[in-house]
Amino acid sequence: MRRITRIATVGVASAALALTATACGNKSSSDAGSDSKEAGAAIAYDIGGRGDQSFNDAAYAGLAKAETDLKIKGSAAEPSEGESDADKVQRLTELARSGNNPVIGVGFAYAPAIKKVAPKFPKTTFGIIDDSSVTGKNIANMVFNEEQGSYLAGVAAAKVTKSKTVGFIGGVETPLIKKFEAGFAQGVKETDPSVKVLSQYLTQPPNFDGFSKPDLGKAAAQGQLDKKADVVYAAAGLAGSGSIEATAQAGKWAIGVDSDQYSQKGLAAYKDQILTSVTKDVADSVYNLIKSVKDGTPQTGEVRYGLDKDGVGLADSNPAYTKMADVVAAVEKAKKDIVDGKITVKTTP
Amino acid sequence: MKKFDKDRLILGFAGPVLALVVAVVLTTVVLLVSGSDPFEPYRIMFESASYVDVQVLIVNQAGTYYLAALAVAVGFRMNLFNIGVDGQYRLAAMMAALVGASVDLPGPLQIALIVIVAMLVGAFWSGIAGILKTTRGVSEVVSTIMLNSIATSLVAWLILPKNFGVQPAGSNNLTTGEIPESGWFPGLSMGAEAGEIYGFTFVAAACGLIYWFVLGRTRFGFDLRATGASETAAQASGVDAKKMILTSMLISGAVAGLAGMPTLLGDTHTYSLDFPTGIGFTGITIALLGRNNPLGIAFSALLIAFLDKASASLDQYGYEKEIATIMQGLIVISVVVSYELVRRYGIRRQQQKVGAELAAGGALTTEARPQNDQTEKEGAAL
Repeated sequence: MRRITRIATVGVASAALALTATACGNKSSSDAGSDSKEAGAAIAYDIGGRGDQSFNDAAYAGLAKAETDLKIKGSAAEPSEGESDADKVQRLTELARSGNNPVIGVGFAYAPAIKKVAPKFPKTTFGIIDDSSVTGKNIANMVFNEEQGSYLAGVAAAKVTKSKTVGFIGGVETPLIKKFEAGFAQGVKETDPSVKVLSQYLTQPPNFDGFSKPDLGKAAAQGQLDKKADVVYAAAGLAGSGSIEATAQAGKWAIGVDSDQYSQKGLAAYKDQILTSVTKDVADSVYNLIKSVKDGTPQTGEVRYGLDKDGVGLADSNPAYTKMADVVAAVEKAKKDIVDGKITVKTTP
Repeated sequence: MKKFDKDRLILGFAGPVLALVVAVVLTTVVLLVSGSDPFEPYRIMFESASYVDVQVLIVNQAGTYYLAALAVAVGFRMNLFNIGVDGQYRLAAMMAALVGASVDLPGPLQIALIVIVAMLVGAFWSGIAGILKTTRGVSEVVSTIMLNSIATSLVAWLILPKNFGVQPAGSNNLTTGEIPESGWFPGLSMGAEAGEIYGFTFVAAACGLIYWFVLGRTRFGFDLRATGASETAAQASGVDAKKMILTSMLISGAVAGLAGMPTLLGDTHTYSLDFPTGIGFTGITIALLGRNNPLGIAFSALLIAFLDKASASLDQYGYEKEIATIMQGLIVISVVVSYELVRRYGIRRQQQKVGAELAAGGALTTEARPQNDQTEKEGAAL
């Protein structure tokens, strides 16, 4: 008797499990949204989301600029930690179905999802930042020559260092961040071969703490300062603010990344020691794509942002930096050489 | 006896229900304190879960969670706390993806190979902790946490392009290469809008049945629960406790290895840098909430998956989707507290009952036997 009831319960429950998906109607989440929201542009954030003072915030800045300049409605969606491709597909589908055009995936992790979603919405333009592996008529791949900007940072670091030791801190050891390291190291070596480059990564994927935990950046920077580094370049998202803090407190030079970190409010206390920042104009790339869609000539295929188009570059908002005439001159020369093709910057260390 | 069963059932449900109610109340308080509407988020989440594509997401996610929670539960029944399910899962998924991408066998064989590799790798990784425990007495809590970190580094090293990884042209991702189509596990399509339920989700359900049968209906399962309840007592009655520890660790790891299969075989067909993480830790929550019972785990897996997926749309409406994370955290705390409360209440109630029966006299000799059985079972279950 007991046995039978137990088996029956198990059976009923598994049937219920199987039915949950079918039982509750055939609506899909996107049907509901289609009328309620007006069309606009949408971005789907990378890990970290809004407030990372870096990559995602830059994308948001582009969207915000488009909202005011182009009078469009912007929407944004955040990812959850450790989510799967299916969640990303769901997010992009929802954004596209509710009439947003373009829909932009911030970060290479969106590539498999865009590959699946883009063909279903041929009239919507999909943008993806940092990836050119998925292609399609309605896909714009916005990629950057991070190594070129980092090369210039290397030139500046090699010129400024007195201890002949400079440091590089990478957030998470991914191919993308290795481009930063490669460019920086090459820039240092080709400016002054006697300068030593200390290189360190905060975490290994799938642990993405190295992009989000400032204490990790701080500890790593302290380690490099102890080894006599007097310029520290951190390409580590929010974790980089920790290394800027440590470097600035020690009275050494910090080099920021992605945005011009000299003018960031959160880092105002340390800005005098932020020599410069390697900028990556994610904001403009987002804005340009939205504008192109609005103008009726949507971007498609690879849209490369290099030194030539100021898609990457070196910030010069710190007066202490612009005063160093020889450093600025060396950087300008290197920039010209890269644009002219006289210097080719490596993308892997 | 029948009446006693009903009591047990009510007590069994009282724990999780009490925990959920407390968690919901506390979440509402958090919402109130943070100055947002305390009820609207729930409405949005239920509305979101009424859409068929979100339902498919929930069921798929629940399948993955279910396997991870079963892996944890096998350990729990044996009084082992396998925190390393996450590491075992990731390493197993990665190695299975590697092997799957480098051989091309006909359909079922390819899938079987990938699944077996995943189970072996998961078992191997948890087995390290098992051997350390049985030979050196190293706490499995410590060793599995450490093995998680080592798994992270090992996977990061293995997936480098100079080792076994592949960096697709133009991509900034690293993958293990794509598994040939023969290794894709067919899913159950729910229509173009909804997507498909991973075929492996049904395998997960079958694993639940196997778990129930092996633990509840076999000699081995009895030995395992007995050892979990009291190692010395089990040893005295002829169970090789060390062997049981190692075996259950291996089984736990093998099931953990399976947890990556729904995603790998049903969706991504490759292991990349953005493969889902943290599944093993969610599994601990789910096993706790489900009281290590295969049915209970199924419902808690669905519940946690619901919280995950239904909360995703919250930020579109101006609410923080971390509400769901807060709620999951509160569930864990209240589960621990409420189970203890219910357990104490149960014991008190039982004592009162026995007292009443003793006072009534008479029926004692015929009634006491089965009751003792029940108590023992309950002891082993907890």
